[in-house]
Amino acid sequence: MFHKEKSIQIKNSASALYNNLSVLRIAPRRLTYFTVVHANVVNMVSASWDGLNYSHRQLQSKEPNVATSTSLIMQAAFCVLPSRELLVVTSQKGIQMYESDGSIMVYWHALDTPETPTAQAVFARGIAAVSENYVCVGVSSGAILVFDVPSKGSNITLSEVLEEHKESITDIAAECSGSQVLLAVANLVTVDDGGSLCVWKSGEEFQLLNKIAGLDISCSSVKLWKGTVVAGYGSGQIRIYEAVTGILQSEINAHARWIYSLDIAPFSGLLLSAAEDSFVRVWHLSVTPETNSVEVAHLHNECVTDTQICGAKFCDGDGYAFAVTGYDLSEIIRYTQT
Amino acid sequence: MSSRTLPLLFINLGGEMLYILDQRLRAQNIPADKAKKVMNDIITTMFNKKFLEELFKPQELYSKKALRTVFDRLAHASIMRLNQASMDKLYDLMTMAFKYQVLLCPRPKDILLVSFNHMDAIKDFVKDTPSILRCSDFQLIRQTLLIFFQDMHIRVSIFLKDKVQNSNGRFGLPTSGPVPHGTQVPGLIRIFSCTGEEKTRLQFNNGGNYTSAIREGSFEIFGDRVTKLGTNMYSVSRPVETHMSGTSKSSAQHTKVNTAPNPLAKEELNMLARLMGGLEVQKAGSSDTAFRVNLFATDEEEEEALITRPDELSYGIINIQATKDQQVSAELTKIMGEFTDSGHQSPSSSSKGDDLLAMMDDL
Repeated sequence: MFHKEKSIQIKNSASALYNNLSVLRIAPRRLTYFTVVHANVVNMVSASWDGLNYSHRQLQSKEPNVATSTSLIMQAAFCVLPSRELLVVTSQKGIQMYESDGSIMVYWHALDTPETPTAQAVFARGIAAVSENYVCVGVSSGAILVFDVPSKGSNITLSEVLEEHKESITDIAAECSGSQVLLAVANLVTVDDGGSLCVWKSGEEFQLLNKIAGLDISCSSVKLWKGTVVAGYGSGQIRIYEAVTGILQSEINAHARWIYSLDIAPFSGLLLSAAEDSFVRVWHLSVTPETNSVEVAHLHNECVTDTQICGAKFCDGDGYAFAVTGYDLSEIIRYTQT
Repeated sequence: MSSRTLPLLFINLGGEMLYILDQRLRAQNIPADKAKKVMNDIITTMFNKKFLEELFKPQELYSKKALRTVFDRLAHASIMRLNQASMDKLYDLMTMAFKYQVLLCPRPKDILLVSFNHMDAIKDFVKDTPSILRCSDFQLIRQTLLIFFQDMHIRVSIFLKDKVQNSNGRFGLPTSGPVPHGTQVPGLIRIFSCTGEEKTRLQFNNGGNYTSAIREGSFEIFGDRVTKLGTNMYSVSRPVETHMSGTSKSSAQHTKVNTAPNPLAKEELNMLARLMGGLEVQKAGSSDTAFRVNLFATDEEEEEALITRPDELSYGIINIQATKDQQVSAELTKIMGEFTDSGHQSPSSSSKGDDLLAMMDDL
């Protein structure tokens, strides 16, 4: 179903972090950007579609003042809003927002870091663009920071802080089906280290629509598509819930180790899951909102030998191609449909 | 990243160090009483109350350089002496072994079981055990450790022989065997109706050869840990070699963190000085009791290893003179005083760290 393509070499190896790959397709320029985090550096590669041109850039985590320790980056992700695209980088010290090519930093938000380290780690993790103008970022305390992003310029402001989660945020996802009907209802899901899921509706004041309690198994990656939450857990399970009601629709014993990344191709319903067990699996998801039912079919496995996978993303909305990163690997492995 | 990683890193690396030293002491036929004294001295130093108190404070991980310096001191906390090449090799073996154990832990909290395996072997206990951390805390610790060990691909002969490590230095991750406790064997899709009843059951091929989870290891002070990770893999009859050649390619992709001027340096040095103030060092004078341990089969091999070690794999140890010795501390204070008075060093702040750094550059 899929075959391996030529890999893209990156300057550093990928670190063992959840969702450690972000992809941005720039159709007008026939380019795709990839970002992979290595300790305190974000490796960016710009790949031309004809496979002939690759250019690299590295972004460092911001050190607010030299006397403090190096800040490790937890996640880097592209945020696509109707008017602009940003690259958001979250670290132990705060949140940096760049123009999508990584050329200019447009915003910096510092986290409250204590003078001396405490037992509770401090960092930001979990990034998603939602609705017309919001970027949401999670924090280790469980808070979600909602930033209001203007259509251009650097006048980004902190609009709201959502305090519902009690554990560190692991991932955030916005409704990606493009359906205006669904976007009017629930358009954001946030998950944490205890496995709790919160479903929200964005707005000047975000509304909590539903909270699904966790079973103390960390939820490391989540997606929201056609009103359906798809969540990956440390136990290797994928669970599918109806967002608004919280009803469990499906449970898949998907992987033998901790899941690190999930992705959905919104036009085709293809689902990608990747874990520490070296496997990337492709599934097909279909959702019938009228009957509140889902169907899941397993389509394909790829084993990246001797590699704990930390990032897997589709490169396009149909799921024609996907890319994978692994701990200690200095390449982005690509697969396309045969 | 996790600020609770350092004690685990230290205890596990210390455990591996003791396994290796024990093997070398026996291989070199060091008299039993001397060997026992060496092991006792090192263990006592490792579990020194003041040292542990410092260690267990929530803090960021030390840099590779700083940690290597701590272990250098620890290895010399007895009458045993190690040459540079042997110390390098010892450290290579310790770090690769623990990297392997962290990577292969089926569940993040199994890192605790690995630590218990090490501690069982050391047969000593930490009095103030940390509060039990949650599963997700362990994953953060594990991720922090994996960042620390990133890009290390030194090949260890015992790993290569056991097929645990490939010839390119990467560890084998089997897609067979029991799944971790708390995980189901992959292969089942269940679909539920809105009332919660199971509607459909589908099977899929998981591409591996997994079996159900076996019993969980014990997290009590005493107990069957079940996992073999963290148990002693050395014996006198199995000499352990490390291989540098072929690893330089991957090392070249190492971030240039070590060579750039490190703003963290003075903070680390302060921490190190505090930590080492609690580490007593045997005077390297008494030649009748002191002896040297060689990590290699012959002295010639050891010399050869030092010369041929690739630059990018050198650990760059810092020599700190911070001892409890009264006379030396008085000297130190006097020298530091001279520095601030004459404004000898760089125009930056006159903090203690800067003085220490400047002093070392002049040494």
